Parts: sequence; structure tokens; C-alpha cells
Amino acid sequence: MAGKTINGKQPTLVVFQLLGANDPLNTLVPYSNPLYYDNRPSVRIPEEEVLHINNEVGFNPNMRAVKRLYDEGKVAIIQGIGYPNPNYSHFRSMDIWYTCEPEKVSSEGWLGKAIRDLDPKGDNVLTAVNFGRGLPRALSLSGVPVASVAQLDTYGVLSSLSGAARPMAMETFTRMYSGTEAGDEVLRYMGQTGLDAQKGADILRSAVGKYASTVKYPEGNPVAANLKGIAQVKFADLGTRIFYAAHGSFDTHASQMPIHAKLWREVDGAIDAFFQDLREHDASDDTIMLIWTEFGRRVKENGSGTDHGAGGLAMVIGEQVKGGLYCSYPSLKPSDLTQQNEGMFGNLRYNYDFRGLYSTVLERWLGLDAKPIVGGTFEQLTFV
Amino acid sequence: MPLTDLQLMAHLFRRAGFGATREELEAAVAKGYEATVEDLLHPEAAPPVEEDLLQRYYIEAKESFQLDGAQVGWVYRMINTRRPLEEKMALFWHGLFATGFNKCDDPRVITQQIRMFRRHGLGSFRELLVELSRDPAMIYWLDNNQSRGDAPNENYGRELLELFSMGIGNYSEDDVKAAARAFTGWTLAATLPRQPYGRFDWEFEYRPDLHDESEKTFLGETGRLNGEDIVNIIVKQPSAARFIARHLYNFFVADEPQVPAWSIEPPRDPQAIDILVDAYMQSKYDMRAVMRTLFLSDFFRSEKAYFAKVKSPAELVIGVTRLVQEFGVPKLGLREVALECRYMGQDLLNPPSVEGWHTGKEWIDTGCLVERINFAAQQVRDLTKPGVQFIVNRLRAASPLSPEGFMDQCLDLMGPVAVSQETRNALLHYATLGGELRFGTAEEAHTSAQRVSDLLQLIVASREYQLN
Repeated sequence: MAGKTINGKQPTLVVFQLLGANDPLNTLVPYSNPLYYDNRPSVRIPEEEVLHINNEVGFNPNMRAVKRLYDEGKVAIIQGIGYPNPNYSHFRSMDIWYTCEPEKVSSEGWLGKAIRDLDPKGDNVLTAVNFGRGLPRALSLSGVPVASVAQLDTYGVLSSLSGAARPMAMETFTRMYSGTEAGDEVLRYMGQTGLDAQKGADILRSAVGKYASTVKYPEGNPVAANLKGIAQVKFADLGTRIFYAAHGSFDTHASQMPIHAKLWREVDGAIDAFFQDLREHDASDDTIMLIWTEFGRRVKENGSGTDHGAGGLAMVIGEQVKGGLYCSYPSLKPSDLTQQNEGMFGNLRYNYDFRGLYSTVLERWLGLDAKPIVGGTFEQLTFV
Repeated sequence: MPLTDLQLMAHLFRRAGFGATREELEAAVAKGYEATVEDLLHPEAAPPVEEDLLQRYYIEAKESFQLDGAQVGWVYRMINTRRPLEEKMALFWHGLFATGFNKCDDPRVITQQIRMFRRHGLGSFRELLVELSRDPAMIYWLDNNQSRGDAPNENYGRELLELFSMGIGNYSEDDVKAAARAFTGWTLAATLPRQPYGRFDWEFEYRPDLHDESEKTFLGETGRLNGEDIVNIIVKQPSAARFIARHLYNFFVADEPQVPAWSIEPPRDPQAIDILVDAYMQSKYDMRAVMRTLFLSDFFRSEKAYFAKVKSPAELVIGVTRLVQEFGVPKLGLREVALECRYMGQDLLNPPSVEGWHTGKEWIDTGCLVERINFAAQQVRDLTKPGVQFIVNRLRAASPLSPEGFMDQCLDLMGPVAVSQETRNALLHYATLGGELRFGTAEEAHTSAQRVSDLLQLIVASREYQLN
């Protein structure tokens, strides 16, 4: 295993994606700026509701746990994050963040490359675990296996066979996949893959049984279920270095106020429980969580929601994180916003390239060489 | 041992379509192999899919700007088409001319491209390449709308040669530049504003004012070449014939190494490629003639091609869905079926890059294999599904069955599926646990149906079932 260690432990990275583009203005609210309220007559957080962190900005009222962690100095906020020539398509912009390729369409994910560097021989099929169905392109790289778990306690092949039939069915599965008589290279490869999948699934499921905690994760909250799964796998010491989860949709073109509030309550409640759980299990010092979204949203509201924007907001949370505000809050002055000849009028300008954030995490946290992964050298931050 | 008529017919339908039900196979065997091939080659003779019906249940299949809706529409077609080869050719060209939603951002323009593949997929390769060059999604995908006479963008010109027609090593950088210049002015018409009626379809427009009129030399031919001239020169190249032949072989006959390795790895069956190349040249690039040659060839009908491919996710998902015969009409749950292809690594209408999907054994990794097995098992375990009931009824009619007879009949009715001796032994061991399969009493019938459900799940979990 490559990379560095922290207190003798291998650092873990949890990447959490806010799908659909989270509104930065209603997340870290610039409540002292009249331009904010001018542009947001209804899709706004009133000053008295803002969870102030200084005399300019404060958190959305649905981010109480994040605010508390911030006050404890555990949350780094990266303001005005983005990339040159913003793309306003969700998929394309996500792809750019997934692959660090703003100019061309690539199929190689930045975390896929990080996994390869952490575990070059692919010794551990659980070096990375994704919670969700299907693999985000961030984790995708040919030859790098990643477990994608929809539900931890039932994960594995033939989850449809339960009860008395299951043990014998699983034995049959193992026999079918152990057969070596087939001279065909593809069948042999498939045999190994099937046995690996089963082994990985058995180990992953065993994490559920080993897990004990006094922390109560919020019920009926899909983010909490996934973060709890991450905690369970993390505490089982399976050598997993990278976890991935996502939640959304933050694509609040309409009815933003209730939707955005609910989404952040879910994320905030899950983060609260997760970090308590990490502390209870002496795992808070070797874990950080990176929260990102593909772009921000339009400064001016559309009456009920906000349309696609450019500069966005990212966060890194963890015991080892030097909390605070990083980079500067993008200006809301009309002349400072993106202009029509740049593809769209009225969006926050980015002032920090997301590849710098990735580089920071890759080099300073995971101990990897960031340059080949993000495709260049970008300004790193000092939060770790 | 040569393939039986039924095995061969099942093979043909898996490759030229997405599999067939037992009744369809039996009817086709009665009709004969060559006549069936001819039917497949003439999709226009069969009725089209009734899309109106789908849209009553899934309005998003036509109108949505979300990818899922468009995927539902295509998956429904693949399940219900009476023109299997038309749909399979569309999937073939989609993999080859891979154009993605992630950049185009409007699933309707990619669906429009797929529709074009249906119209031209079995026609002249020359016309197909011309249509491709005029296709709005392709123009945007490879930036040809940014290409002007005074500032040509080489993206489309390059990929046309490298990925769509000849393959690397068969042209020079100067040829790329000449092709790019020849396609300047092949662009998109200005679209109507999105507000207030929503998005309008994109349309091709030829802009003489943006076209580079000057003389160009492309693959040794000189003149004031325009895009269509480039296509005319490409299609007569032996390298284009070989390139298409190898793609067809890889998609329809047996897995080849990944495309980037083709310049160093010889074809798996060079003679087969020669036969397809001849068919291409002799027919003047007529895909219908080339496909006829392919399906009637010895190499396609040989045991060497039998289950010599890893099923793509679409082939697996549609094949199983057709087997259990559940979505003959639109109903809830279709979206989940459509999304399965994505979970297994083939996000239809959204390939990972212009190189398309890596195929063959690269479809399989631990995560995808779990998804494949669980989806298929979830489908075949359900005794209420018509296709599963059909299997149970056939077994009931043949009962009582010895454990071996039970297993053999299941393998047969599921495909026929060919399995290794070791897989057979494992399945037989399992089938033996419950003794003879009997349907005499109500209790026996209940237990036996459950045993069928369990065994079908194990069969679809096998390695061999992952093959096409």
C-alpha cells in the first residue's frame, strides 16, 4: 500500500457529491451584502435565520451540525471554486470534475487513478467502496475494481435467494466459478472475478455484524444510511481508503426553498451522526470528507428557484482539517459576474481551480503525486 | 459436434437481435435458417414498434430532457421490436460512432441520431457516413460547429478517420487536416430560443460562407474537396473495408481485442475478415449484403462463434427481459430495467467517450458482475412472469423428471445454454437435492415450481450465462 500514514493509520478519504449543483449563495449566505437580497427577493435566507460565522457570511439554518463542526475548527470552506470556461450542462460539468479534463471527454476518473496509485497491484478489492448503484466516472478506470454497494447488509451475488435455499445456492455458485477445466481465458477471468466479488461481499457484509455504536443515525434519511454504511466498513478495517456517496437532487430550478432546506437537513443530520460515530470509534483523526458539487447557481433567482451557475462551493470536514474560509467569496457586483459573451450572464466567477483542491487532498492527505492524476500543477490549499 | 438447428437459431437471434422466446425460435426453425436470415435483413417488412402506446405510459420517453426517459424509450424498443436486426445495427453503430449525452445535454438529439442509424444502418456505408457527418448530435459532440474555413477544428476530421472508418496508421496528419478543411461549413442551424416553448430539435445546416473552398489533397486525391468527397474516398479504401469488417466481427461473431490494439494484434480469424472485406467491396459498401454474408458464413455458424462473446449489458438486460416476457406492454418498472444497463456499465446514449465502450471481458468486473447476476436472478425467480410460467409448464408437461432431466430441460429452455462439465456438475448437485421433479399433487407442484425458480437463478448466475 502506498501513501502516507497518520498516527500510524492509513488516511481515509470520503468523497460526497451534491448532485445537481448546490446553490452556494443559500449555503454560505453573504447576509451582509445587499446585492444578495436584491437578487434574491424570495429565494433567500433572511439575515436573522443565518447561522453567522463572521460579520459577512453564515450558514444556511439547516446546517446546524456543519456550523458546530465549523466552530470547532473542523470545516474548511473553499469559496468560489470552479474551472475556466464554465460549462452549464450538469453531465459535462460533472465529467470535468470526475476526470479533470475540461477540454476533452475522458473515461478515466481522478479517484480511479488515485486507487491505482494506492493499490498498484490491486491486492485489495475493497480499496474503494462506492455507496450507490452504478459507478460515478470519478471512480472509473479500466482494471481498477470498485465495489458499488446499494445496501450493505444484503450486498453480494444472488441476494434474491434467501432462506433455506441460500447456503446450498452459494455453495453451487462457488463450485460453478471455481471450475478450471474451461480452457477459455475469459471464463477463467470471470471465475476469478466472481469469487473475488463473493469474497468482497462476504467481508463487506461481515462489517455490519461487527459494528456496534451508541450513535443514532437519523431514520428515513438515505444519506445517513450511506454514511452509516461507510462508518461500518471503515471500522471493520478492511483497508478501504476511498469511499464515495452522493445525494440530490440539488437542481433547484423551482421550489428551491423547501427542497434545498430538506436536502441540507438530510446531509447535515447524516454528517452529524457520522462524525460522532468516527469519534466514538477513534477514527476521526484519519478520515476527512470532501463535499463538492458540479457548479453553483445563478445569482439572480427566477422567482421560485435558481438556474445553472458557475462558481461554486466545496467543503472539507475532519478532525485534522484546519477549518476556516479559503479563497475569497466571489463578488456579486453585476460587472464582476460572468457576461453573455462568456456563455451566460450573471454567474459567480470562480477564483480557485477545483484541481487545486484535488491536489491538496491527494498530496497532503493521501500522500500521492497529484500532478499525473489531475493533469498539471495547481495551487494547493493549507487546510491539511 | 455441429450445432443443432435450435442452437443455431438461438445463436442467430442472440446476435442479430436480443434473443427470442422458445416459441419464436421453434417457429423460425420450422421456417429455416436462410429464410429467417432474409427476414432479419428486411426489417422494413415487419411492423414498427408502436411508440404511441409507450408514450401514454412514459411521456418522458419522448419529451424529457433527462437521460432516463430516452433510455426507457430505447429499451422498450429493444424489448418489443419485430425488427431485431434494425435495433441491433443501431446499437452497433451507436458503439462505433459513440456520441454522448454528457456533452450534448439533450437526449433527444442523440435519440435522433439513433433513429438515423435505424434508417441507414443496413444501407450503404457511404450514405451512413454522409448522414453521420450531417448529424446534429455528432456535429456538436465533435465540435464541427466550431470549424470554419479560416479556423478548421480537426476533431471530427480526425475521429472520422481514426475511430469511424479506417483506423490509425492508414492516413497521415495531412489527411486529417484536409478532411477537417473539407468539412468546414457542415454545421448547426441557429436554434430557436428555448423560451417560452422549450427546446427545439437541432438541425444541420451547410454554410458555404464557412466552408474552405480551396484545393485539398486527401489520401492522394486532389481537388476542391467537400465533405462528401472525403466520404467517397474513404469508403473505397481497403483499410475502411477491413476496419468495418473487424468491427462487425467483434460485435456479431466473436470478441476481438480492444480496438486500440488492432494495429498490433492480428484478427482472431483473418479469413473471416477477408470474406467480409470482399462482401463489402463487391456490394459497393452495402451493409445489408455484408450482413447477409456474415450470417450465412461458416465462421458465424461454427461452434467457434457459439457463445464466443461476453454479453454487453444491453444484451443481458434485454435478453433476460425478453425471456421472462414481462414488458410486452409498457408498465411500471420499465425505468428500473432501463437503468440496469447503466449500473452494469453501459449507460445507453451516454458512452464514456468517443471511443465507445470497451467490450468483451472488459464488461466484467466485480461490481458489474454482481449487478448482472442479481438483475437476471431477480427476473427469472418470479414465477408470475409469463416466460417463467412457460418454462414451468413445459417442465410440468415433461414430468416426472430425474434431477438430470430437470437440469437439462432448464438449460435447454433458457437458451439453450451451453455449460462446461464442471458447471453441469455443480448444477446437477444442486438439482439432485430435491430428488425427482414432480407435479402430481398440489404440494409437489408448489415445491417443484420453487425448485425451478431456484435453479433458473443459479443458471443465470453461471459464467456461461454471461456469454452471448
